[in-house]
Amino acid sequence: MSLSPSELHEMTLASAKKALAAGDVSSRELVEAHLSRIDAMDGELNAFITRTADQALDAAKTADETRAKGGDLPPLLGLPVGLKDLLCAKGVKTTAGSRMLENFVAPYTATCVRKLVDEAGAISLGKLNLDEFAMGSSGENSFFGATKNPHAPDRVPGGSSSGSAAAVASDMVLAALGTDTGGSIRQPASHCGVVGLKPTYGRVSRYGVVAFASSLDQVGPVTKTVEDAALMLNAICGVDPFDATSLSETVPDFTQSLGRDIKGLRIGVPTEYFVEGIDPGVKRAVEAAIAKAKDAGAEIVEISLPHTKYAVGTYYIIAPAEASSNLARYDGVRYGHRAEGASELVEMYTRSRTEGFGEEVRRRIMIGVFALSSGYYDAYYGRACQVRTLIRRDFETAFENVDVIAAPVSPEPAFKIGERVDDPLKNYLSDILTIPLNLAGLPGMSIPCGADDQGLPVGLHLIGKPLDEATLIRVGDCLEKVLPPRPTVKGA
Amino acid sequence: MAIDEKTVRHVASLARLDLHGVDVTKLTGQMSAILEHVEQLKEVDVTGIPATAHAQNRRLRLREDEPMQVITREEALAGAPKRQGNFIVVPRTVEGGGSS
Amino acid sequence: MAQAAQAQDATQKAYDTVIGLEVHVQLMTKTKAFSACATSFGAEENEFICPVSFGLPGSLPVLNKRVVEMAILLGKATGCTINHESVLARKNYFYPDLPKGYQISQYDKPICEHGTLPILLDGEVKNIGITRIHIEEDAGKSMHGGGGSLIDFNRAGTPLLEIVSEPVIRSADEATAYLKVMRQLVRTLGVSDGNMEEGSFRCDANVSVRPTQNDPFGTRTELKNINSFRFISRAIEYEADRQWDALQHGEKIVQETRLYDAEKGRTYSMRSKEEAHDYRYFPDPDLLPLVIDDAMIKDVTADMPELPWQRRERFESAFGLSTYDAEVLTADDTLAAYYEAVVTDGIDAKTVANWVTSELLGALNQRGWDMSQNPIGADRLQGLLKLLAADKITGKIAKEVFAKMFETDDAPDKIVASMGVEQINDEGAVEAIVAQVIAENPGQVEQFKGGKDKLFGFFVGQVMKVSRGQANPQLTQEILRRKLAE
Repeated sequence: MSLSPSELHEMTLASAKKALAAGDVSSRELVEAHLSRIDAMDGELNAFITRTADQALDAAKTADETRAKGGDLPPLLGLPVGLKDLLCAKGVKTTAGSRMLENFVAPYTATCVRKLVDEAGAISLGKLNLDEFAMGSSGENSFFGATKNPHAPDRVPGGSSSGSAAAVASDMVLAALGTDTGGSIRQPASHCGVVGLKPTYGRVSRYGVVAFASSLDQVGPVTKTVEDAALMLNAICGVDPFDATSLSETVPDFTQSLGRDIKGLRIGVPTEYFVEGIDPGVKRAVEAAIAKAKDAGAEIVEISLPHTKYAVGTYYIIAPAEASSNLARYDGVRYGHRAEGASELVEMYTRSRTEGFGEEVRRRIMIGVFALSSGYYDAYYGRACQVRTLIRRDFETAFENVDVIAAPVSPEPAFKIGERVDDPLKNYLSDILTIPLNLAGLPGMSIPCGADDQGLPVGLHLIGKPLDEATLIRVGDCLEKVLPPRPTVKGA
Repeated sequence: MAIDEKTVRHVASLARLDLHGVDVTKLTGQMSAILEHVEQLKEVDVTGIPATAHAQNRRLRLREDEPMQVITREEALAGAPKRQGNFIVVPRTVEGGGSS
Repeated sequence: MAQAAQAQDATQKAYDTVIGLEVHVQLMTKTKAFSACATSFGAEENEFICPVSFGLPGSLPVLNKRVVEMAILLGKATGCTINHESVLARKNYFYPDLPKGYQISQYDKPICEHGTLPILLDGEVKNIGITRIHIEEDAGKSMHGGGGSLIDFNRAGTPLLEIVSEPVIRSADEATAYLKVMRQLVRTLGVSDGNMEEGSFRCDANVSVRPTQNDPFGTRTELKNINSFRFISRAIEYEADRQWDALQHGEKIVQETRLYDAEKGRTYSMRSKEEAHDYRYFPDPDLLPLVIDDAMIKDVTADMPELPWQRRERFESAFGLSTYDAEVLTADDTLAAYYEAVVTDGIDAKTVANWVTSELLGALNQRGWDMSQNPIGADRLQGLLKLLAADKITGKIAKEVFAKMFETDDAPDKIVASMGVEQINDEGAVEAIVAQVIAENPGQVEQFKGGKDKLFGFFVGQVMKVSRGQANPQLTQEILRRKLAE
């Protein structure tokens, strides 16, 4: 029996895994179908920066041979995925969406990539577009051009994991890895109608992940279903001796949380997350999803997260401060862009960095340097770290009474490309509902919950206790079955 | 304005960024708008509140003193913009500077 | 000013000098401070680098446990408080040999604080306050030449401890004494080889002057990267005099970093064109707070060796040595161990001290050798001193045998036998020599008997000459006194 190409790329990670195991399809067929899909779609969407088709086909051949031998097989053997181009993969260009690293070939592999590809057996089809150094929430800040929203090509896919969300939404890969510093997995997942999960800070190693803001960055999956997110999490979580902030707690089998009910579960709904100015279509879709949860037997509890309104101000000091230091290594000395013809060191530095970084990155470095500089540290960085404590405490208090929190991911659906280029603050303000989790280190997930009045995807935001991704999977999986299905993208 | 052009220029020099060809007035305006939004943190009473620098209440995990090779010299140096043998070459430093 | 720069005793100066020292000690760990790449000395350029020490994108620091243990050891040895929680911070600045654009260091919460280092000044102990000891990482090396600078990152990430003294040091001599004790301490503890030439023990000095001790501190300058004790002393002397001279001429001291030109014997301003540094220290988000519990401190200090000043006090009390001798003998761990190996029942410990400090060190110095090149094992010196104590040889002969021991590996008794220089302890034999000397020097005998007592030494000398130094000196004196009185 043979499956058509569209049947192949419309598969989920879980269904493709089953089909491989049943011998209904080979890894080669899966990879070829997805490569064709990329050829057909990516000219317009621009989700990939680097495609690694040849390596993928080689890997597919090896995977099929391994499968033929039988025995214990790696869990994701032969399944095509994509990697946000912020993750180092040895021998492959890792650009971070920046001219600075336009030609940088990573000499080592990130732990999460090693786990997903080398250990779990997934096959990378390439490196996915992003806002430069993960700074942005539209995908427009990429040196390699903006990625488009597969559901509305005149609109942004969200960001910074723009390529990851667009590639999964348009069936170019079965699943992808993204990173989330202030919503960079959840917001594009919401805008593209896919599942995006940011694990607890420390669940997934950051080793080999080009740093944006070290105390906030976290790697996570972008997938078509909650089940797929569980499979991906199983592959990438766990302690890493190369990341001192990776958590040593045992990683549960997240697939054990699938197919369960949510009867009696207490779901908190924070009043502050239904902010003034929230898009009515978004509000309606999210409220409808919460009503479905109630129908499924969950208890809905109104809660308060009083310091929410300070999250943007806190984040836009802490993240740039860390970034200003993390990005100091891009100095044109050892790797990356070096300006031509500089005769003197400081000139070499300033020209290389100015040419190498895009406008948004430079602006955030400037904010960060300012916030840490002599005379301003206490008023900006110091105070932001104190308010961060209060934001964390808000969640601690809320979680004394509820098991999980439900809210919108973004106050608005995807906006039009180019609309916000000159108004960074407006962009920043739309991160208000995702940022608090990063500040508190909590896990969060976006699952599709329908569309707004214009038919643009809307995501439901589920927020968990520290290390409790299992409950997110349980609730998400349960609701997925009763919510409107994930919007699909027709072929080109 | 939460920040003036003089400060913006000072910050750019600390950040090793060049402002030639940049509309400094516009950049100052954008930075000011962001910093003015941040000003609202001043209304929060943070008396006695400890600072959170990390998203975890944990202690630092230490590593045993055991050597391990991760990459070769050639792998590390492969992306260097300018080399002389196995040294990396940079333009002349202005007199002074210096590390600890 | 050149004349003023001539070294003067601090106590004679017309002003008061205030010195604070910052010492950077490179630690002898197998791997770097924050990564598992091997520390390297004398390796080929850029041979010992890894994603972390080369500052590659995505690399993360993981602190070496041994570095923390060494910091605790040095902290406890200097009586510091070990902070149960300390913070690793980033110090941000751009420099080509600084791979990440920041150095991981400690800022407002260092691992150790409030200690002291006891130093000996003119036989008196002075406790120099230690403000703090903190962990940091070293940078790579830049070599300037040709059309640019050549960068080698081998040293990048090598662990350092920075030890900051209180500004309580009052002279170049005191500064040198402090540094010598500190260097010996890090060697005794096994945390560093303390090699100044190779840069594993580096010193910066903050120097200021004021009219008297009761005046407020003056503006200080920082003397950086001076690589020998001699130069540090000279640089401080010069700098203090330069500052005082400038103040006398109504000039103001500029707070700045200065370097020492060893050839010209003067300090000069670095005249950095850069704007003032703003290091923007903040807690390293990749490194959680460093928490040290009592169990770890207990574990580490269980290995605490005897400290140099403890040993000095023990040498004074156990061996009855003068403070000076004890100081000389304990100034170097190898020397102290050597001394203790020589001392044994039946030999006066002070005699051993004299032999070691004057004969042995003198002979080694003459050859430009240090203790590691000492050809006279403790057993051989002990053998020699036993012969002396048992009156088998005279002191004079002992020195000759000692000299021979530099040329041969033979045991001292064998050398004595081959030289035929055993002491003449036979009374009859000595009497015969005395009789011969009296007979050969009638004039001197006459004068001696006439009251010229000083001539007694002359007769002793003659007996030694005739006996080729072998006559038992005590016996010689007894017999001479008796015979000359006859």
